[in-house]
Amino acid sequence: MDWISWRRLRALCWKETLQIFRDPSSILIAFFMPLLMLFIFGYGINLDFSKLRIGLLADDAGAEAEAFAAALTGSPWLEVRTYDSRAAMERALVDSQIRGFVVIPQDFSRQMKRADATAPVQVVADGTEPNIAQFVRATVSGVWQTWQMQRAGERGGDLRRDISLEPRVWFNAAAESRNFIIPGSITVIMTVIGALLTSLVVAREWERGTMEALLASPVTRTELLLCKILPYYGLGMLSLMLCVGVAHWVLKVPFRGTVPALWLVGSLFLLSVLGIGLAISTGMRNQFNAAQAALNAAFLPAVMLSGFIYEISSMPLVLRGVTHIIPARYFVSSMQTLFQAGTIWKLLWPDILMLAGTTIVFIGLTAKLTKRRME
Amino acid sequence: MIFLSRIHALVRKEFQSLLSTKSGRLLLVMPVVLQTALFPFAATLEVKNASLAVFNEDRGRASVEMMQRFAASGAFTRIIPVWSAAELDEAIGTREALLAVHIPADFSRKLTTDEASPVQVILDGRRSNSSQIAFNYLQAVLDVYLKDRAAAAGRVVPSEIVARNWFVPNLEYTYFILPSLVAIITTIGSLIVTALSVAREREQGTFEQLLVSPLSPEMIMIGKAVPAVVVGFFQATLILTAAVLVYGIPFRGSLALLYGAMFFYALALVGVGLFISSISKTQQQAFLGAFVFMVPAILLSGYTAPVENMPVWMQHLTWVNPVRHFVEIVKGVFLKDASFARVLTLVWPLVVISMGTLTFAALMFRRKSA
Repeated sequence: MDWISWRRLRALCWKETLQIFRDPSSILIAFFMPLLMLFIFGYGINLDFSKLRIGLLADDAGAEAEAFAAALTGSPWLEVRTYDSRAAMERALVDSQIRGFVVIPQDFSRQMKRADATAPVQVVADGTEPNIAQFVRATVSGVWQTWQMQRAGERGGDLRRDISLEPRVWFNAAAESRNFIIPGSITVIMTVIGALLTSLVVAREWERGTMEALLASPVTRTELLLCKILPYYGLGMLSLMLCVGVAHWVLKVPFRGTVPALWLVGSLFLLSVLGIGLAISTGMRNQFNAAQAALNAAFLPAVMLSGFIYEISSMPLVLRGVTHIIPARYFVSSMQTLFQAGTIWKLLWPDILMLAGTTIVFIGLTAKLTKRRME
Repeated sequence: MIFLSRIHALVRKEFQSLLSTKSGRLLLVMPVVLQTALFPFAATLEVKNASLAVFNEDRGRASVEMMQRFAASGAFTRIIPVWSAAELDEAIGTREALLAVHIPADFSRKLTTDEASPVQVILDGRRSNSSQIAFNYLQAVLDVYLKDRAAAAGRVVPSEIVARNWFVPNLEYTYFILPSLVAIITTIGSLIVTALSVAREREQGTFEQLLVSPLSPEMIMIGKAVPAVVVGFFQATLILTAAVLVYGIPFRGSLALLYGAMFFYALALVGVGLFISSISKTQQQAFLGAFVFMVPAILLSGYTAPVENMPVWMQHLTWVNPVRHFVEIVKGVFLKDASFARVLTLVWPLVVISMGTLTFAALMFRRKSA
């Protein structure tokens, strides 16, 4: 028996392609979903706090207290609401109307003037939002420090100038979270197309019995695998190009890499997730179960364990180990390199090697499962 | 009475089809257990095990002490000493270090002459949130050092910041994640159950049989809604129990208030699920439809990133997102003992959403059955 027949393969691929384009839901997933997700990730998932809502209670009417209150209100990073009663401000914190508050105590101005006393400024943050709480504290401290420096300057240096930390952000100078979240989110989109869509489609063939019909025909295993992989590979690559194009031209995320490098890592990643999707559906043969399994085995790891929002190095050791077998991890890191640093082969090679490895493992697994099913 | 007994029969049938197979039962429990075990460790913005590269060109006492304080603070598990600017570039470029500190050669000299002595800190912008938080850790350590230096020189700082966190004093991320998980996981459970149940019947042809039975479209809808609400309550209870017993998070509010609000939340989800299944022809379409709704709803719920960081038009848009309101409710009741009045302001959008989607689904059902 021939190992592969190009004529048969072409016919099979054509049949798959028709099937893709005839179902509105696959077009929804391949073209509408990527755009929707890009815009959500581009505008909705924003970790940069442009305006932190905080409350302010000034129990002191002195000049120093007024000056500090003015510094807080004038900060571009804060949206300050002034309260007259502490109870009302605390209620606003419980009701999540403000994320934290600042209390300037009664004898603040008097203590500021005395050389032997330290005037405290109370900062309270809502601990139920740990990330926001960190930024409330840091932003208020920042305003307070700048104010102290200015005050020292005006009064001729009773506060000596001392060590200061000067932050510089590399690779993403404006520190816009969008610039690193969007390249990462493309990984999630590709996972949805590669794993979720294929797992459903192939499981449906098993459910409806059309797979048995195919198997009874003279189609070889290689042809069967290729005809499932090639059309979805094409669809996925189209989607990838669409995503990168929209990210670059519409959302204005700088892309510093080259197209051949993008094509190489994109192909390897897509083939890996196609492998996962096909392996799941071949193993499950039931749409409902295959969809659930793809959600848990491909989609959730791509969101949670790929490092595009949540830092891998902050995870416990066991989980860090698990991330090494997740192809999304390597694609996220190479996409971030391509977008923000450029085609730097020294950074890309390790990812490419690992992606090549996962491709072989998952496609191989599918081949093995298909073989067993055919016997 | 006939009305009730018919619905009872339908609900029983729905539960049978949901629980009859082993894989069906497993899929109602396994993902919840898996995600409750995994999420709190993976899905956090907490900065742990970060590494700091240090390029110290100064050999003075002040710079050495400052570095020792950075190393002893516990915020960084690894300090990477580098000896040239090129090595510093490389440590950041290859992501080996999250932050890099560069102390210039004249650091100590400037301090003795009362000049401002700047230290350059390089943040990896590809991980901007983490590197900014790590930078805040450094700044906090430095603040203590500056105060100690002032005290040693016999000076008193004129003012200081006294910071505290309410409700969760040590900012444990599990306190934030588990209540949010209650909302997120019940969303997945009840939505998929409702969205797929009608589509599966339609694909298998049993939906027509239901329609020709003496059941009215409204009764069919109630029959489909009850199991989904029960699944939602069951999964939520599972996570709440794990949060209190396994993760040791104190439940501060009123359980009755939480479950009352949960009923309206489940109703809103059922409305969305029935709406999706009423417009899909196959299970595949229903599943993908549920997915297209679920992913944005969860991502824009305020869990991944705060709602106030979104553009204003998008903030208004999230009003129709049931997940957003319920995440707030669970967090509020669980951690802050939110008042009845506060919960009420969050429940009424849920009531509006469920009324809207249920009415629409009912109209679609009527049209299909007519």
